[in-house]
Amino acid sequence: MEDDAPVIYGLEFQARALTAQTAETDAIRFLVGTQSLKFDNQIHIIDFDDENNIINKNVLLHQAGEIWHIGASPADKAVLTTCYNKTSDSRLVSCAAVWRMPSDWETGSHESPDDSAHNPQTLELLCRLDDSAHGNAACVLWEPMGDGKRVISLADNNALLWDLQESSTQATVSSTATLEGKGQLKFTAGKWSPHHNCSQLATANDTAIRGWDLRTMSQIYCIENAHGQLVRDLDFNPNRQYYLASCGDDCKVKFWDVRNVQEPIKTLEEHSHWVWSVRYNHSHDQLVLTASSDSRLILSNMVSISSEPFGHLVDDEELSEGEDNHQEDNKEPLKDSVVSTYEEHEDSVYAAEWSSADPWLFASLSYDGRLVINRVPRALKYRILL
Amino acid sequence: MDGEADGSVTVSEDSGRRRRVHGMLKLYYGLNEEGKTPEQPESLDPCDINGPHFDPELYLNKLRRECSLAELMDQETCMVKQIRSLDSDMQTLVYENYNKFISATDTIRKMKNDFKKMEDEMDCLSANMAAITDFSARISGTLQDQHTQITKLSGVHTLLRKLQFLFELPARLNKCLELQAYAQAVSSHRRARCVLQQYSHLPSFKGIQDDCHAIMDKLAQEINVVVRMDGGSSAKDLSECVELLLQLDEPAEELCDKFLSHARSRLESDLQGLEAEIRPYPSTSALKDASARRSSSAAPVGSPTDGSPKTSSLSSPSSNTDILEFIDRGCNEFVSSLCLVITSYQELFINHAQTGELASKNIPQMANGKLHAFVDDLAARYFSLVERRIQEEKGVGDNSLLVRALDRFHRRLQAVAKLLPGSAVPNQGTEIVIRAATERVKQYLCALQSFYMDSLTDVRQALATPRLSVAGASVAGGGALLGGPASGRDAPTSLPELLSSLSASILNQIKSVLASVHLFTAKDITFSNKPYFKGEFCSQGVRESLVVSFIKFLCQSSRQFCESAGDKGGSTPPALLLLLSRLCLDYETSTISYILTLTDEQFLVQHHSPVTPVTSLCAEAREAAQKLLNHYVKVQGLIISQMLRKSVETRDWVNTIEPRNVRAVMKRVVEDTTSIDVQVGLLYEEGVRKAHSSDSSKRTFSVYSSSRQQARYAASYTPSAPMDTNLLSNIHKLFSERIDIFSSVEFNKVSVMTGIIKISLKTFLECVRLRTFGRYGLQQIQVDCHYLQMYLWRFVSDENLVHFLLDEIVGSSAHRCLDPAPMEQSVIEVICERG
Repeated sequence: MEDDAPVIYGLEFQARALTAQTAETDAIRFLVGTQSLKFDNQIHIIDFDDENNIINKNVLLHQAGEIWHIGASPADKAVLTTCYNKTSDSRLVSCAAVWRMPSDWETGSHESPDDSAHNPQTLELLCRLDDSAHGNAACVLWEPMGDGKRVISLADNNALLWDLQESSTQATVSSTATLEGKGQLKFTAGKWSPHHNCSQLATANDTAIRGWDLRTMSQIYCIENAHGQLVRDLDFNPNRQYYLASCGDDCKVKFWDVRNVQEPIKTLEEHSHWVWSVRYNHSHDQLVLTASSDSRLILSNMVSISSEPFGHLVDDEELSEGEDNHQEDNKEPLKDSVVSTYEEHEDSVYAAEWSSADPWLFASLSYDGRLVINRVPRALKYRILL
Repeated sequence: MDGEADGSVTVSEDSGRRRRVHGMLKLYYGLNEEGKTPEQPESLDPCDINGPHFDPELYLNKLRRECSLAELMDQETCMVKQIRSLDSDMQTLVYENYNKFISATDTIRKMKNDFKKMEDEMDCLSANMAAITDFSARISGTLQDQHTQITKLSGVHTLLRKLQFLFELPARLNKCLELQAYAQAVSSHRRARCVLQQYSHLPSFKGIQDDCHAIMDKLAQEINVVVRMDGGSSAKDLSECVELLLQLDEPAEELCDKFLSHARSRLESDLQGLEAEIRPYPSTSALKDASARRSSSAAPVGSPTDGSPKTSSLSSPSSNTDILEFIDRGCNEFVSSLCLVITSYQELFINHAQTGELASKNIPQMANGKLHAFVDDLAARYFSLVERRIQEEKGVGDNSLLVRALDRFHRRLQAVAKLLPGSAVPNQGTEIVIRAATERVKQYLCALQSFYMDSLTDVRQALATPRLSVAGASVAGGGALLGGPASGRDAPTSLPELLSSLSASILNQIKSVLASVHLFTAKDITFSNKPYFKGEFCSQGVRESLVVSFIKFLCQSSRQFCESAGDKGGSTPPALLLLLSRLCLDYETSTISYILTLTDEQFLVQHHSPVTPVTSLCAEAREAAQKLLNHYVKVQGLIISQMLRKSVETRDWVNTIEPRNVRAVMKRVVEDTTSIDVQVGLLYEEGVRKAHSSDSSKRTFSVYSSSRQQARYAASYTPSAPMDTNLLSNIHKLFSERIDIFSSVEFNKVSVMTGIIKISLKTFLECVRLRTFGRYGLQQIQVDCHYLQMYLWRFVSDENLVHFLLDEIVGSSAHRCLDPAPMEQSVIEVICERG
């Protein structure tokens, strides 16, 4: 069974920001934000045609500055947030804003695909999530599975919970949490937990991971020295409410049960440099994607700590007769293992995302602007499904 | 005619003729019948002149027919001659025979006279004999009556004496009782018992018997009392008493119990004495007491522990007697009295009973069973005491004492084994020895492990103190690199010295432990020839659970340094990691096989069960060494990385001033790298590096200020071709190999240094990419990178690696620059030279 070859798309600029269009569940669509200090930055809307293995791109201008983080609204396909740097008076400021894509971006690009590079449409600014008192924004998090009305922005040592009103054109800070401590503390990453009625947030600063209760904006747990060095990214297991994955500069990926923060339940040490991103598959939480500055992307199969540790339980009758082979394969349970290492990138890979439409498809973005779309190997896919 | 017949025989020999003459005479007298038979076949011939069937007529005719006249004449003269000689012979013979006959007749006549005289004498004798017989018959007839009377009288006499004995018996027994001559009383009674029993139907005898019984009962009671009350009397007295009781038909079972319970009380007092020794004495008076007792008890043992009084007070503070003394006491008091009890018991109840009537009642079996139970019970208590005492023996200082004690313990139990062939006691004793030995091996393992940890702590301290001097030396060596290693070696305790002293002390410790353990298998130790000590102890005990376990522990603890220290990297000094890595590597290459060979040789290990092969241990050691070295690289890389990261993150690169100097941090990086290089060089070989040109720094210098680099900056200026930058860098990357940053390193200096520098520069790159630079920010990075290039290339295996990474750093910072105006190469050079 041949796996499809990866599809590669090259951006003109260097890029770090990647997200799936969360609200889109039919088309496979990713958003990429570029980083350029000299030119107008862009948001590339990458559509992937699964049947024909073709990529369609659309470009929207993001003139405010270079994009460090991008987030798509879970409710409205057209709405997204970015964190960007802008220079003013030879000073660098990190800002965050909510944007709306122009309604006709899709049609426009189809009519004249050649023009899009030269005459791209511009994003419509809905509102700024600016509060200069709270420092530079590191990332903006949408409420998972919410109605697109609440976002959290992490700025320096503050976590700000915003309420978006009037079709997201107005944003007000509803509550804040501040990380106190000696030295200059700074949030590096965060994740809004989809569990517990979306009332929890996990943040990373330096080597620690902290959990917050959004109702009281107070800390609920803290994993000190979660990693030997800086924690780069976090992700919640979509199916197991207490399970959390983290990655960092010690080249490790760790899996935590936040009820016991003393020891990770599992540690992966497959990368040979810092791990910048860790992502659980939205449907099959044994599949974990990690991106690293060793230019590699690794797909791991963490069966033992997934929500289906014994594989998919299927009655024999449900299996069709033509698939006896797979049935036999199923007999031996899958073990925790690296499924595949993807080496299509030449530069550090800073972001990797699963598609929101196809659970077997994911995109990764390296600094040199190369976006690679890959699929879970079919053999594994069928083993998980059958 | 006769003459003619004789003449026919040719006489040639005298002797032949004479014989024939004798033969013929014999024939004549009819003496020799057998002599005839051989001549018979010849004699059939009628012409044979000597044959019986001789026919003169035929012979004459034959002669006349056959012979001439002359011959006949000759024949005739010859025959006449023969006839004449035959005649004279016959005359002689007749004369001789006549003479003999006359002398025989004389003799017979003389004999006739003699016999006549003798006949007279014989007649006289027979007459006398008849007279004597007559007399004798008369005498015996008269004495008959008196003889029967005398016999009867003597019978009566003996009976009366016996009766007297019987009548006197009660009084005699009483007297014996008074005098406490129990033995005599019992033997007296025994003699009378059967008789009394037989005649008990007679009232008088009955009375005596009753009296005797009463007395004997009293006697038995008294003996019983003696037995029971007996506190101080010796075992010999006791066994005498019991023997008497046995003879008195006391029930054997009860006696067994009594005997044993008595013996038990004495043995238990021994055991209590032993137990008291185990309990620590709080007061000094007890100490004195013990030492006094010791001095008195040591003499009969032959004082084999000359130095032990000293060690006893030092080695085991919990109890005031050392183990040997304790075991000695146990052997001398408990085991020997136990043996005594067993012997006397067997003498009394088993051997004795086997011959007597008791055998029929299964007494020996019963007694034997009781004895076994008794011995097992007491031995179990003794063993538990001994085990408790052995467990107190924690100090591993002097093993010989323990071994000697165990040997003595084991040896003395052999006596029990000989006395009681079926007993489990000796086996249990052996098991105790085995347990003690394995326990000892465990303790040695613990001691080795703690020794190892202690020596690591020492090394740690040693590393902490001279660290300054090493660093100082390397700082000085930073300028003149060649001098670096030499000055590093001048440090008071350098790494190689520490390594060699550490490994030597560990090896010594192992050797001394092996020597101590070896005592268990010494030839003069009784238990050393048990199969356990020959096989399993050597292979499983010493080799596996001592030596192999220690090596495994060494590897494991080394690996733990990598894991526990993994997080912040600060807890273990990097130099220790390096040192341990080298230690493990040395173990892999030689030490492990040396130690194992040593063990195998010393203990003549015969591997019955599978043992850990040398190769797997070596693999483990190598793995540990690799892990430690990797960790060392990681830790050192991190230290430098942290410096670089801080320096990049904390600076405002947009609003920085024009670079005038290399930043201090870069100098620090080079200094640290140099000192690491020195440090690694002390323990690891140089390793191979790719050949580089004679003037590497210059060449690389030109590389990254080359036209290509300029083209990259230029490309980013022109808005028309934004793709070119990526294209160029991608093409560049296509042709360079992918670099694994945190990868395994080889066991040489160059590889280690390459690893550290890779980690540091990659960090630098990633940090730069997260920042935004102003014009001068970029220029500062250029200067810094050039400076690094000038110094770092010489440490790595492939200088292109450094070039590539630094190139990336400058390229990335150019990308992240708001106003990318690179500095002139010559200016950079000047700045760096000045620095």
